[in-house]
Amino acid sequence: MNPLQFFAASRLVVVAGKGGVGKTTVTAVMARAAAECGLRVLVVEVEGKPDLAGLLGNADFTESTKAGYQAQRLVSDLGPESNGSIELCHLTAERALIEYLDQHGFRRVSKRLASSGILNVVSTAAPGIGDLLILGKVKQIERAGTYDLLLLDGPAAGHAISFLQSASGLLDAAKVGPIQAQAKDVVEMLADPARCQVVLVTLAEATPVNELVETAFALEDRVGVALGPVVVDAVDCGCELDEAIAATMGVATLAAAEFRNRRRVVQQAQIARLAVELPLPSLQVPLLLTATVTPADIVRLAEKFIVSINEMVG
Amino acid sequence: MSLTELIDESAVIVCSGSGGVGKTTIAAVIAIEAAKRGRRSVVVTIDPARRLADALGLDNLTNEPQVVAIPGSQASFSALMLDTAATFDELVHRYSVDSAQAEKILANRFYRNVTGALSGTQEYMAAEKLFALHHDERFDLVVVDTPPTRNALDFLDAPGRLTRFLDHRIYRALTTPTRLGLKIANVAAQTVLKTIGRIVGGDVIADVIAFFQAFEGMEGGFKQRATEVIELLHSDTTHFVLVASPRSDTITEACFFADRLNEQGLRVSGIVINRLYPLFADTSGAAEAPHTSDSPTTTSSEAVGRARGASKRTTDASEQALRDNLSELRGVAVEERAVLAPLLAAAPIASLAEIPLLDHDIHDLEGLGIIGGHLLVDVTRV
Repeated sequence: MNPLQFFAASRLVVVAGKGGVGKTTVTAVMARAAAECGLRVLVVEVEGKPDLAGLLGNADFTESTKAGYQAQRLVSDLGPESNGSIELCHLTAERALIEYLDQHGFRRVSKRLASSGILNVVSTAAPGIGDLLILGKVKQIERAGTYDLLLLDGPAAGHAISFLQSASGLLDAAKVGPIQAQAKDVVEMLADPARCQVVLVTLAEATPVNELVETAFALEDRVGVALGPVVVDAVDCGCELDEAIAATMGVATLAAAEFRNRRRVVQQAQIARLAVELPLPSLQVPLLLTATVTPADIVRLAEKFIVSINEMVG
Repeated sequence: MSLTELIDESAVIVCSGSGGVGKTTIAAVIAIEAAKRGRRSVVVTIDPARRLADALGLDNLTNEPQVVAIPGSQASFSALMLDTAATFDELVHRYSVDSAQAEKILANRFYRNVTGALSGTQEYMAAEKLFALHHDERFDLVVVDTPPTRNALDFLDAPGRLTRFLDHRIYRALTTPTRLGLKIANVAAQTVLKTIGRIVGGDVIADVIAFFQAFEGMEGGFKQRATEVIELLHSDTTHFVLVASPRSDTITEACFFADRLNEQGLRVSGIVINRLYPLFADTSGAAEAPHTSDSPTTTSSEAVGRARGASKRTTDASEQALRDNLSELRGVAVEERAVLAPLLAAAPIASLAEIPLLDHDIHDLEGLGIIGGHLLVDVTRV
């Protein structure tokens, strides 16, 4: 599949996955890959994780973007015609609420409301309202058309369902008023595959694969959102190592070879199972044998990710 | 204190760490090892993968402790899965004046939202469950897995936060009978109410008012309980174990946890690093992976060389791949141990356990036993 076509499939891509599967790394890789294709990318972060700016090669931004509700540029001049760029913003329900109140005639009280812990009150009275406010803001950005691609580094898998369900849930609860209108717009966006897709991330291991399959069905059934390809993170590619030769080379060499071979077999078995249980195209991000992912790693992984897209059968 | 001593002597062990590091598994393994060592242990898991229930040989985990026999030993332990709503319901029953008050609260729509959506409720109920089990005579060790929140303190702070929520001036305004109690302070609250009403609809407000009116008189009991829960978390026999994976980002998170616990006067007694690459140490004492003296380019005889060269090149390539593999794995193993340094510094008195990355899946109690074996080996800090 043509990478540009791949990234242009829908303007908003929600990246979701269980904790620890590398969702943030995959978001960074996808952002970099899309920008390398010449797209203007906005990465939307909703959980206040500080790593993203650093991973995308602009650690200086970390401090300022932590509070940065407004998008800030991390990288520019990428792609064949140097028009690819990556911006990042951190959306919080609190800030989205203030902005919402400002825009709906409560400017005078919005600051005070926010500082009084009102969000906790409102979100308890109407569960999901914080999520809806964030999605409403995302929808507004999507509509404005400033970016070619919005990558939402979504909440962890279990919460992703309730996050995306917030709009339809509130649609039932609030029959009238501005929230109803907001919820309706968001539901429309989520239901339109040309506007929004969910990319699920997993590791090639039993538990994450199980959770991914469950989440995928729940998202399709309960949220009605289109699923893009699945991304399998940290795949250890490579040929089988010759254990017979290793045996002649020493204990450690043999142990290391057996270990690597077995890990690969386990991974391939899980990838095969995933393909059977969830009939979606899949992309792979290679394993990094490192304890610290660097921006240079992200650039390298992005190149491989583009290759992986090229090879993918749409 | 070694992890073994910790398991032998604690009354409560709280496992903290960010999501996806294997916290639930480690909590279960601690409970299993404790049982094997003669403790009457129970583990409270929070939203475990179904796989853990499978590994424990249970069809599913419920809010009540279920006994799990440990194969190959006389011991057994108990496991349960926190049900936030059911635990909250129990509290309402306990502190309500009569069953009519309890029923009124339980039927309220806003109350159902509180148990499902109010942030911190899950953490609070985990602490509450921990407290209840601590006072349950069937058990002498409670191991609790904490919800995967970014902040370890969410768990410690949750009881206090809920009581503050119940104490919120907005609610005080709500529960004050209208007309009689229109104090100046309540004007702001009234504005807030009107705003909420305009945003989410008047029905919701009616539910909220009904809830807080029904709740009147119960705050005292809730607050008292919260105080006791907080005291238990600070007690000398409660220990915190931080679980982390050996990656710089999760170590940073774990350091943050450790710092916050220290600030609260709570010490991290144990650190469990999960899924480290093995070191593949050279145990034979001989030099590993000796280089063969020839290389394909030095093949002299044309005819023989060409015939043998092909298979030799394959062998050489295989050997090179094997050497590369060993050095790559050793490289990452060393790097992983190096990134732990800040965490060890942040928790100076904690004992350290390292669980290696295994080359197979854990799917039963026997597998959990393998992890347990590694858990009880104290690693010397470098």
